[in-house]
Parts: sequence; C-alpha cells; structure tokens
Amino acid sequence: MIQIEKLRKVYKTRGRTVAAVDGVDLAVAAGTVHGVLGRSGAGKSTLLRCVNLLERPDSGRVLVDGRDLLALPRGELRCARQRIGMIHQHFGLLSSRTVAGNVAFPLEVMGVSRAERAARVAELLDLVGLTDHAGAYPARISGGQKQRVGIARALAGRPHVLLSDEATSALDPETTASILELLRDLNRRLGLTILLITHEMDVVRRICDSASVMRAGRFTESGPVRDLLLRPGSELARGLFPLPDPDPRPGTTVVDVTFEGDGADRPFVSALARAHDIDVNILGGSVAEAGGTRIGRLRVELPGDPAANAGPLAYLRDAGLAFETHTPEVRA
Amino acid sequence: MTWDEMEPLLRQGTLETLQMTFWSALFTAVGGLLLGVVLVVTDRDGLLPLAPVNAVVGLIVNIGRAVPFIILLMALIPVTTAVVGTSIGTTAAIMPLTIAAIPFYARLVETSLREVEPGTVAAALALGASRVQIIGKVLLREARAGLIAGLTVTVIALIGYSAMAGAIGGGGLGDLAKRYGYQRFETGMMLIIVVLLVVLVALVQMLGDWAARRLGHR
Ligand SMILES: Nc1ncnc2c1ncn2[C@@H]1O[C@H](COP(=O)(O)OP(=O)(O)OP(=O)(O)O)[C@@H](O)[C@H]1O
Ligand SMILES: [Mg+2]
Repeated sequence: MIQIEKLRKVYKTRGRTVAAVDGVDLAVAAGTVHGVLGRSGAGKSTLLRCVNLLERPDSGRVLVDGRDLLALPRGELRCARQRIGMIHQHFGLLSSRTVAGNVAFPLEVMGVSRAERAARVAELLDLVGLTDHAGAYPARISGGQKQRVGIARALAGRPHVLLSDEATSALDPETTASILELLRDLNRRLGLTILLITHEMDVVRRICDSASVMRAGRFTESGPVRDLLLRPGSELARGLFPLPDPDPRPGTTVVDVTFEGDGADRPFVSALARAHDIDVNILGGSVAEAGGTRIGRLRVELPGDPAANAGPLAYLRDAGLAFETHTPEVRA
Repeated sequence: MTWDEMEPLLRQGTLETLQMTFWSALFTAVGGLLLGVVLVVTDRDGLLPLAPVNAVVGLIVNIGRAVPFIILLMALIPVTTAVVGTSIGTTAAIMPLTIAAIPFYARLVETSLREVEPGTVAAALALGASRVQIIGKVLLREARAGLIAGLTVTVIALIGYSAMAGAIGGGGLGDLAKRYGYQRFETGMMLIIVVLLVVLVALVQMLGDWAARRLGHR
C-alpha cells in the first residue's frame, strides 16, 4: 500500500524554480495497479522517485506499507528500499554482469549467502521466463528481455510494492503487451501493489485499476479507471475513446453518450428517437475494455440547438447515462 | 662499441626502466583511482556532493598536469631527497614519476567513471545499495575496461617520462641514451635503445588492449 500526502518537490536551478510536484495526494490500495499519466515534464518521474526517496520531497508525507519513509534514518531507509521494487525505462542493468549476475546484485547488497543467492536467482529467472538466458550479457539480449531482467531484479527483495518509471516506453507494441501482461500476472499472483507512470493511454487501459492524470505537478483527475471513463469531460476518457474533435453544424447539437457494458442492452438511440419523435444521427462510436469492464462512447447528432433539446437531454439524464454536449462555435 | 660491451649495459638499463615504470605505475594506479573516484563522487550531482573537497582535488590535479615533467623533476629534488634519502638512481626517480602521473591518470579515471550509465547508479540506489557498494560494484566495475585502457596510456607515458628522469640521473635506458648515444655519438647504441623502447611500448599497448577487450561486454 502506498500513501502520498500533500507531496511537494521544488527544483531551483539558476534563478528558475520549478515545482515538479506541487501538492499531490494519492492512495494506492494494496494489491492494485495505479497509473499516472501525463505529458513530458508533468512531474511523473519526480513523483515516483519521491516514493522511494531517491528524491527527497520538500514537504508532505510518503507511507509505504504504513511506514513513514521520511522518518527513517539512512541505514533503515536502505533496507526499506530493498523492499520497494523499481523498474526503469532504460532498464539500468549492469553491462559488466550477466543476466544472472544482475539479478544477484540486490541479493549481494542485502548480504544473502552465495548458496541462497544461486537458488533465489534461479527462482526469479524462472518467474520472468529467462532461465535460458542466465549466462548472457545485457548487450546480447532484446529490450523486452532486458526489462524482464529488471523485473526479476526488482523482485529479489520480495517487495510488496513495485514502482515502474515508463517501463515499456522503450519497447515496441508487442513487447510492451507481453511486459504488461507479466506485470498484471505478478500483481495477481503475488498481490503486488504497482504504481506506474506512463505517457501511453494504452498502458492504463490494459493493466490499471485506477489512474491519475498529471499536469504541471498536480493531478487534474484521479480515481478508478471505470469512474474516470464514465465522467464527462475526463481527459483520460478523451484519450481512450478515439473520436475526432467534435465539429457540430449550426442548428444541431452533438452529444457524446458514455455507457457501460454492452450498448445493445440499452437501445437508447431508438428509444430517444421514438420518445421525442426526432431523427438521431449517429456520428461515431468507440468501445474500450478498461478497468475490468467494457465502456463505450457514442456520438450522436440531434436536430436543433441545445436550447431546443432540453427534452431529449433530460431523457438521457433520466436514463442514467453520462453525456457531454458540444455546441457549434459562434463564428463572428 | 662491440655487442659484448653494449649487452650488459642494455640489460641493466632495460631492467632499471622496467623497475621505474612498474613501481610508479603501481603507485599511480592506486593514487589515480583514488583521486578520480573522489572527483566523481564529490561532484555536484555525485553520490556524496562535497564542493570544497571537489574544488581542492580538482585544483591539485590541474596544477599537477600543468607543470612540465622536466620542471617537476627538478623542483621535486629536495622532496625526493627527504623521502628516499637521495635524488639519484632508480628508486629516487619513482617519486617524481608517480607525482607526475597521478593527476594524469586521475583525469582519465574521472572520464571513464562519468561514462558509466547514470541509470545504473540510480537503479543500484533504488535497490538499497550503499555508496561504498555503488563505487565498488557499479562505478569501478562498469568502467573497468576504460580504467584499463587509461592505465595503458599512463604506463606508456611513464615509460617516456622514465627516460627523461633517467637522463637527469635516474638510470635506465634514458640515462644510457644520454651517456652513450648523445654524449659519445654511439649511433648503434642509440638505435638499439630506440628499438627497445618501441618494443616495450608496443607490448604494453597489446597487453592493455587485450585486457580491456576481455573485460568489456558492450
Ligand atoms: N534534477 C532536476 N533538477 C532540476 N529540475 C528538474 C530535475 N528533475 C526534473 N526537473 C524538472 O521538473 C519537471 C518535472 O520533471 P519529471 O522528470 O518529473 O517529468 P516527467 O513527467 O517524468 O517527464 P518525462 O515524461 O519526460 O519523463 C521538469 O520541468 C523538469 O525540468
Ligand atoms: Mg520521466
């Protein structure tokens, strides 16, 4: 479990001050996967590095498994870090050590005996499917395999928590999918709590239970993926439902309706048309599998401007559907 | 001069050159590694930022590199006399050789250590490694091919310096070249000495290349 309270981290460089993390609150429940999404420079890496105190925040609190890391003396902090796994975009593997040597590194750091080390390394390599490559050097394996080594190494200290800094950003889509699947699998089998940061919507869609969108050091939205997707105006939803920018024609109202489950058991389009005797024009739609459910978004066009559509909109609201209306821009 | 006259002189000279080079290289390796690590670790974004230490060590290294060896050699005579008891001979030459080579190697060590991927240090920190563990198991280990290559360059420079030290009283091949080749116009002697030095440098370079290749895994 990870709790972050009122976290702030300011960088001062030659007269310029940047609040990289500017008051972030976050709770990631044990055994869940939380994704932080944001553009380059939003402060995602800084936030993550504050969780294991690679970066010391200026204020706020960080609790991992209920322990206040900021209160720990140096030696104990090192022990605590051994129980917080971390994986990196560029893997951070030691080029002078073999795959097995890299996985053994944290065990050496922890002072595990040679015999125990060998057994544990074999176990970890098996977990990530790299037994056959134990003797290879990092320069000789693929990016996906490197990240598997990174994951095995991060799990050496039997952590409850795994931090992932753009772990799949250097990988192709297929390899990304297999690494995400591995993370999901580890999350389920070991009950691992995962906090990951990414700039790819797809990562959130595939493995996150909850997510936050970060911008200029702050969260602009945060919550279970399902709730965010159902929320009109959500940035995450906009990213996950690939609909073009709405461009309503004058005298019409464009409505994006979000529904959960199969759209088929909610024939709201025909019901709406019948109830209000209007022509409902379907402009586009998209369905996303995310946060454990299927969520769809349908864009329809109603005749008449929004003022004339109070009735149909009330109908949608009464049907319990989440929606967002777009009106034509007034052109001068 | 006949070969029979030259042979014992050359044998002795080569041995002295090897002695001077070996011992000064050994001390230089230790001293240069130490200063190089201090330069990197105490840097502003190093493992243990200590601006004053970094500035002082940086200054010492720069001064050491700025003074021409021949001047350092003469300037150090009183110090050498105090430490070794004499300023003449092979043993006495080791002192100025080492002092000249340490700053040189320290900069090469610094460069090699800076080439270590910063991500590996961050990853090691995240795994709970201590600073000492990171210096030993990450920085020095990851940079070892570069450290060896740098040491090779340094040893070759030391062979050259040792000839200069020899010429002002340190013995070795430099001393022979001065006394026989330069002052007595023994061209044969001079030629053989040049060949010996070339062979020596080539051997060191080959050994260094081989070791660096064996230790690099890129
Ligand atoms: N060590 C540092 N010194 C000064 N400024 C920094 C430092 N690290 C980050 N910053 C600044 O803090 C802000 C957030 O950086 P951060 O690396 O956390 O962003 P990010 O969201 O991870 O971006 P990216 O997606 O590119 O990795 C940026 O404006 C960056 O310039
Ligand atoms: Mg980043």
